[in-house]
Amino acid sequence: MSKETNKEMNPVEPYLRMDRMPHIWCSGCGIGIVVNCFVRALQKSKVDINKLAVVSGIGCTGRIAGYFKVDSFHTTHGRPIPFATGLKTARPDMNVWVFSGEGDLVSIGGNHFIHAARRNADLKVICVNNFTYAMTGGQVGPTAPLHSIATTAPYGTYDQPFNLPFLAESSGAVYVARWTTFHVRQLVKSMQEIKNKPGFSFLEVIAPCPTIYQRRNRLGDGLAGMRYYKERSKVVNGADTRNVDIKLGGDIIVGKFIDRDRPTQLEAMDQELSHKLGDKYVPYPTGVER
Amino acid sequence: MVAAKVGSKGKNGTKKKGKFFGEVFIVRERCKGCGFCVEFCPTKVLALDEAMNEKGYHPPIIVNIEACNGCDLCGLYCPDFAIHGIRHRNKEVG
Ligand code: SF4
Ligand code: SF4
Ligand code: SF4
Repeated sequence: MSKETNKEMNPVEPYLRMDRMPHIWCSGCGIGIVVNCFVRALQKSKVDINKLAVVSGIGCTGRIAGYFKVDSFHTTHGRPIPFATGLKTARPDMNVWVFSGEGDLVSIGGNHFIHAARRNADLKVICVNNFTYAMTGGQVGPTAPLHSIATTAPYGTYDQPFNLPFLAESSGAVYVARWTTFHVRQLVKSMQEIKNKPGFSFLEVIAPCPTIYQRRNRLGDGLAGMRYYKERSKVVNGADTRNVDIKLGGDIIVGKFIDRDRPTQLEAMDQELSHKLGDKYVPYPTGVER
Repeated sequence: MVAAKVGSKGKNGTKKKGKFFGEVFIVRERCKGCGFCVEFCPTKVLALDEAMNEKGYHPPIIVNIEACNGCDLCGLYCPDFAIHGIRHRNKEVG
């Protein structure tokens, strides 16, 4: 990518398929902020975009892959993690990022999520959590706070939602953080850290969905959502993830919760098979530049 | 689309005090009027225009460029890639 970017050009432009703009996201939607932060993190950590892959599933957030002008793939619903795992296995030199919504990643693709974390697949998973299936019209999603209204729960939900950092930690993720779209500098920093972290990294980004989630729950527009994050987020780095569940109208605990090390899926395979097979085993050509 | 060229560079290098100064670029037609940039600019450089763009949204206008330090928070917050800030060191002025 040419460094010769015009200063009048928005910093995201060299990284996006600008011929596909304007994007589909509503006024006040938070997904574009995640794109901004990712681009700043890529710029700061000088990622070689020829070694970068962006994979998404279906949904409003799932559009991210289609907009990135890198090796990107828009998979079927719930399947970005298996696709990304295959990609990483075939091309271990690549930096593989998954961007998708909570419905796609932890409900429809929930099984893939827990097993990729358990195996410590070397993936960077960014989950934009807006508490609903937005693109399909506002059905109850896996993180919908208790008592929130959805098209399939017109009197309020009664199912216990997932607490995503706890789910990720207990499944085995080596890096777990949560921020909201208000926390743009922290998002950039977390993405830079994730870029350098081998193994399954998980970043939850709480984002406003004014059109579907907030309207139905009378939570105002995108700006009202952002003001709420500003006022009601509490930064607790290293918090016990059992205690970071989100309640309707409650505080949002944000921060970096987990940063630990264990062998990645491919490293573990190499260790085990080298040990068992000795010289007969040819180790995997790993070695992503970090 | 052409960026509205609204720089903050003082005339003939006579720039305000301080280490930095900023320049802001706005693409009016890309804006969807969410107001994030106006609300979260730390030095209150921006306001929403009373006039609309062709999509029918009120884009930001610059009301106090002298206060801009080029932090690019507007750029980080804009979900529609319609605004960004650039930071210059004061000695670059000229
Ligand atoms: S429906 Fe919600 S999540 Fe989808 S683009 Fe609109 S605001 Fe964003
Ligand atoms: S660059 Fe920073 S100070 Fe300047 S307008 Fe943008 S947010 Fe405000
Ligand atoms: S943040 Fe972007 S879309 Fe929102 S009002 Fe400002 S320029 Fe317009």
